[in-house]
Amino acid sequence: MPEIVAENIAAVPSAPPVETRAERLRNFWSDFRESWVAVGALIVIGVLLFLSFGAPLVSPQDPYDMAALDWLDAFLRPGTEGSGGYVHLLGTDNAGRDMLSAIFYGLRTSFVIGLSAGALALLVGIAVGLTAAYFGGRIEALLMRIVDLQLSMPAILLALVLVAMLGQGVAQIILALVVAQYAYFARTTHGAAKVERGKDYIEAARSTPLPTHRVLFKHLLPNVLPPLIVVATVQVASAIALEATLSFLGVGLPLTEPSLGSLISNGFKYIHSDRYWLSIYPGLALMVTVVAINLVGDQVRKVLDPRNSR
Amino acid sequence: MLSYFITRLAQAVVVVFAMSVIVFVGVFAIGNPIDVMIDPGATQAIREKLIAQYGLDQPLVVQYWTFLKNVAQGDLGTSMVYNIPVVDLVFSRFPATLELVLVSVLIAVGVGIPAGLWAGYRPDSIGAKMIMALSVLGFSVPTFWIGMLLIMGFAVELGWLPSGGRGDEATVFGITSSLFTPDGWSHVIMPAINLSLFKMGLMIRLTRAGMVEAMGTDYVKFARAQGLPDRQIVFRHILRNISIPIVTVLGLELGSTLAFAVVTESVFNWPGVGKLIIDSILQLDRPVMVSYLIMVVILFVLINLVVDLVYARLDPRVRLKGGA
Repeated sequence: MPEIVAENIAAVPSAPPVETRAERLRNFWSDFRESWVAVGALIVIGVLLFLSFGAPLVSPQDPYDMAALDWLDAFLRPGTEGSGGYVHLLGTDNAGRDMLSAIFYGLRTSFVIGLSAGALALLVGIAVGLTAAYFGGRIEALLMRIVDLQLSMPAILLALVLVAMLGQGVAQIILALVVAQYAYFARTTHGAAKVERGKDYIEAARSTPLPTHRVLFKHLLPNVLPPLIVVATVQVASAIALEATLSFLGVGLPLTEPSLGSLISNGFKYIHSDRYWLSIYPGLALMVTVVAINLVGDQVRKVLDPRNSR
Repeated sequence: MLSYFITRLAQAVVVVFAMSVIVFVGVFAIGNPIDVMIDPGATQAIREKLIAQYGLDQPLVVQYWTFLKNVAQGDLGTSMVYNIPVVDLVFSRFPATLELVLVSVLIAVGVGIPAGLWAGYRPDSIGAKMIMALSVLGFSVPTFWIGMLLIMGFAVELGWLPSGGRGDEATVFGITSSLFTPDGWSHVIMPAINLSLFKMGLMIRLTRAGMVEAMGTDYVKFARAQGLPDRQIVFRHILRNISIPIVTVLGLELGSTLAFAVVTESVFNWPGVGKLIIDSILQLDRPVMVSYLIMVVILFVLINLVVDLVYARLDPRVRLKGGA
């Protein structure tokens, strides 16, 4: 009986207009646009994502294909034409690998690791944070004490130890990063959920016979999401930087699966022999990526900050 | 207060024990150190003799129990690579790390706090904007990459500073350190700057935030109304008020500086504890890994405990609700 429902709603004295999802998104964008630095950073991220995930299409060479590598092409300076008949814009490395292609592929590995580690850590963190905030008591005390202890330890140390235990490989690195980073999400979720839990609408929802999971996911979660989005952007950047650091230290990915970190680590060996392009260019790519994500995250935080709302 | 103290202390002990089990089992799961240690051509008899010598043929529980008994006697085992006691090994490397951390903290404070004060004093000036941009870089750009740029610039291109290692040592008042020689300083300055950047960013942000907040308070307005010069207001009044959180964070950061030293020491080949742990991970030197990790756990649990107790002392609400 949809007509009756509609009639009932019409009878209710006019409530203040509720923002629709589209409106909220438009408002968010118009606030975000205020910083041209952040917009620029967003464009840079878009370009980098395109170049990395489109690496097989845009790069002149497949750096994974050992058959395509020619030892005669090793250590070509940037801008030299190699045996493949094209110009190596950023030079080649010790195995004759085109640096530009290696960077695109390496960036892809870094993005895959950063994004999946960030997403998984977000899920685990939400689960831990919501459980602690909703149930309270001993569960909360135990979970949050573990989280606090982990937060006081630098993520790099935790990830280093975990990777040492788990071994090398993409899946192992992602797992190590999730364990090292979920605590940030758990802390944020817990804090925000504690505040929301005390509000009337949650009280009202709990007094209805709604199942717990519905209250948690339909009512509580959407309201703790904004701060989590901010943490997520920062954590993706830091996951990428962490992975690069681990690979640089020699416990991350091997050069057969080049991430930006392993490329830089490889280039570091030749730092004294004037072959700067082996380490400078992948390092620049890493820096631009991490800084761009952080700049976007900074602006998102400013926009979502309730103190800034008009 | 006493019951709170006892509860927290008991919790800390439980955490250390739990972590020691996790670390032990985790490190136990990493490869077989014997394969790394001996040459692959060695006979089976030599292999088995070595395995027995290190107790690796015992069940995990027995190995852990032996380890605990030894730790209780101050024996953390013998390094499989250097063949000297782990305690001696760590302590022989510790002064180098301490030097590095000390100089980097000095740089972070010496540059970060004045920069933060300026950024908070004139938040809209170009200088302040540049300082804040720098602090974002210090936060987000990976340490090892900046370290590499420093080496490329100052060691390879300009040739001003050595690219790695620790300089000559000298002994003054019974303390042996490389900070007493010019050569030592030329070696320590680059890694120390590298290690300080993250903390410097933190100091800048913290000082700026405190400064901005203080500038709007009544005591500053009254000091202004009194006709005091800005210099005096900033250094005599504001700095004194915002120094408490700064010192707290600095203390907390000491632990993570030790951890970040792992990266810096590897880049600059600095013979400290951080380099030792990386080498021991790469060489599967189990006793060194286990001991270092447990020491780090104890350090962080201690820092946490001290912070909690100090806060509980200062704020009664914490100890009222925080027994759990």
